Amino acid sequence: MAEALALPSNPETEPFWQACREGRFLVRRCDSCGQAHWYPRTLCPFCFSDRTVWQDGSGRGTIYSFSIMRRVPEPYAIAYVTLDEGPSMMTTIVDCDFDTIRIGMPVTVAFKTLDDGRALPVFRPA
Amino acid sequence: MSIRNQAYIAGAYEHPTRKATGISLAQLHAEVAKGALEDAGLAKDDVDGYFCAGDAPGLGPLNMADYMGLKLRHVDSTDTGGSSYLIHVAHAAQAIAAGKCNVALITLAGRPRSEGMATGTAPRVWNAAAPDVPFEYFYGPTVVNMYAMCAMRHMHEFGTTAEQLAWIKVAASQHAQWNDHAMLREVVTVEDVVNSPLIADPLHRLDCCVISDGGGALIVVRPEIARSLQRPKVRLRGAGEAPKHQMGGKIDLTYSGARWSGPAAFAEAGVTPADIKYASIYDSFTIPVLMQLEDLGFCEKGRGGAFVADGNLISGVGRLPFNTDGGGLCNNHPANRGGMTKVIEAVRQLRGEAHPRVQVRNCDLALAQGTGGSLGTRHGSATLILERES
Ligand SMILES: [Zn+2]
Repeated sequence: MAEALALPSNPETEPFWQACREGRFLVRRCDSCGQAHWYPRTLCPFCFSDRTVWQDGSGRGTIYSFSIMRRVPEPYAIAYVTLDEGPSMMTTIVDCDFDTIRIGMPVTVAFKTLDDGRALPVFRPA
Repeated sequence: MSIRNQAYIAGAYEHPTRKATGISLAQLHAEVAKGALEDAGLAKDDVDGYFCAGDAPGLGPLNMADYMGLKLRHVDSTDTGGSSYLIHVAHAAQAIAAGKCNVALITLAGRPRSEGMATGTAPRVWNAAAPDVPFEYFYGPTVVNMYAMCAMRHMHEFGTTAEQLAWIKVAASQHAQWNDHAMLREVVTVEDVVNSPLIADPLHRLDCCVISDGGGALIVVRPEIARSLQRPKVRLRGAGEAPKHQMGGKIDLTYSGARWSGPAAFAEAGVTPADIKYASIYDSFTIPVLMQLEDLGFCEKGRGGAFVADGNLISGVGRLPFNTDGGGLCNNHPANRGGMTKVIEAVRQLRGEAHPRVQVRNCDLALAQGTGGSLGTRHGSATLILERES
C-alpha cells in the first residue's frame, strides 16, 4: 500500500489517533447543527460553529463505493464507507475475498497497526 | 461585470514532444511560450501578464518570468490542478477587462514520462500538511482507484456499463489516428478496451490516459489587439469555475464540479448545450468524460452511458464531436494535467485548423471543460465557452 510518510504533528486530530491506538473509533459531531462530519475538524464544515465534540462512534457502516487495486504487488480494496453516524470516509476493506465486496455491504471497524505506530481504522464485513 | 467578448485567444501552441529527454522543464515552458507568441504574431515584449500553475518550477510565476525575461504588470498562479489553465483564460479575460494587462501568456509543461513517475498507481501527496492527508494517504488512494470508485458508484446507481465507458476511448482513438503527434494512434474497439487488463475495478488499462511529457501555451489579448492580428478570431464568450470536495463527508461521487461551472459558463455566454458544435472534455480516464457531459447538461444525469455509446462522440459520426486531437486518452497529457490541451484543440476547431479528417464543419461555438485534482476526493472544475467571430 502506501510508503511511509513523515507527517507534521497535528494537535487538532491527535485525540482521534490516540483513541485508535486504544481501539476506540471517534467521530466528530457539532453541538450547534447536530451533524457528524468527516474527517474530524474543530470548526464544523456545515455551520462553522466551534462547538464540536468527540463522541464514540459505532464503528458500523455500509460500503458507498470501492475499487480493487489490481496491478500492484499486494492488491488492496479501497473504499468509501458511509458511517451509521452519517458521513462517509475513505478506508480499506480487509479480511475478506475482494471479489465478494459489494456496494451496500455492512462493515465494521478494525484497526491495523502501521510501521510508524499509527493504528489505522479499516473495515471488514460485519 | 461580464467577461463576455472581452478577450480573445490569439495564440495557441502544443509542444510536439511526448518524451522530453534532453529538454529542461523551464525550457519546455519557454518553448511553448515562444510557439504561442509566433502563432499569434506577437513578440515576447508584448506580454504584460503571465499565468502559470504548480507545474511551473519555482515560486509561482517569479522564476519563469526571470527565465523568460518577461516585464510584467499582472501575474496569477492560481493552481486547481489540470483545470488551472482554463481558469487562467477566464482570469486573463477579467484582468484584460479591468485594464490590468493587454497580452496574457499562459504556460503549462511537464516531464512525468522522462522522470519515470508512477503517475496513476502510487499515492501522491502535494503537501503533507494538508488536513486530509492522515485520513486518506495510508489507504493507498491513487489517481486510478479514486476515479474507479466514481465509475463503480455510477454503474451502481445508473446501470452504466464498461462497454459504454469503452466507447469514449474508441472515439478518442478514432480521432488520434489522424494526429501525427499522438502517443496512441491505433484505432481500438469496445472489445479491446473491456478485454484490456483491469487496473482498478472497473477501470481497464485502456480506460486510462497516456503519460506524456510536453506542454502548451495560450495568448489571451484584448479585442483591439486580436483585430490587428492576422489570425482567425476566437473570443471567450463565457466562463465558470467551481471547486467540489467531500462536503464534510456528504460524499457523492456521481457528479463533478461541472454541475456548477457549466451552468455559470452557459449563463454568461447566453447559449445552451444544444448550441455547442464541438467539446473538449477532460479525460484522464473514460469515466470523467461521461460525468462531465452529464453535469454540463449534454444529457440527463445517469444517461451518459447511452449518450456516449455507438460513436456519438466521433467527429463526422455523432452528435457531439469531442477531443478531436485524441485527447488525454490517446494524444497527450503533459504534466499529468489536461486543461491546456483541451483549450488548444477547441481553438483549432474554431479556427478551422483541426486535422481535416476530424474538423467539425462550421464550428463556430465550442466548449472546453477541465477538472483538476481528483473527482474521487476534491477537484477544481472549469468551463469555457469559446466562439469564432465571423
Ligand atoms: Zn455544525
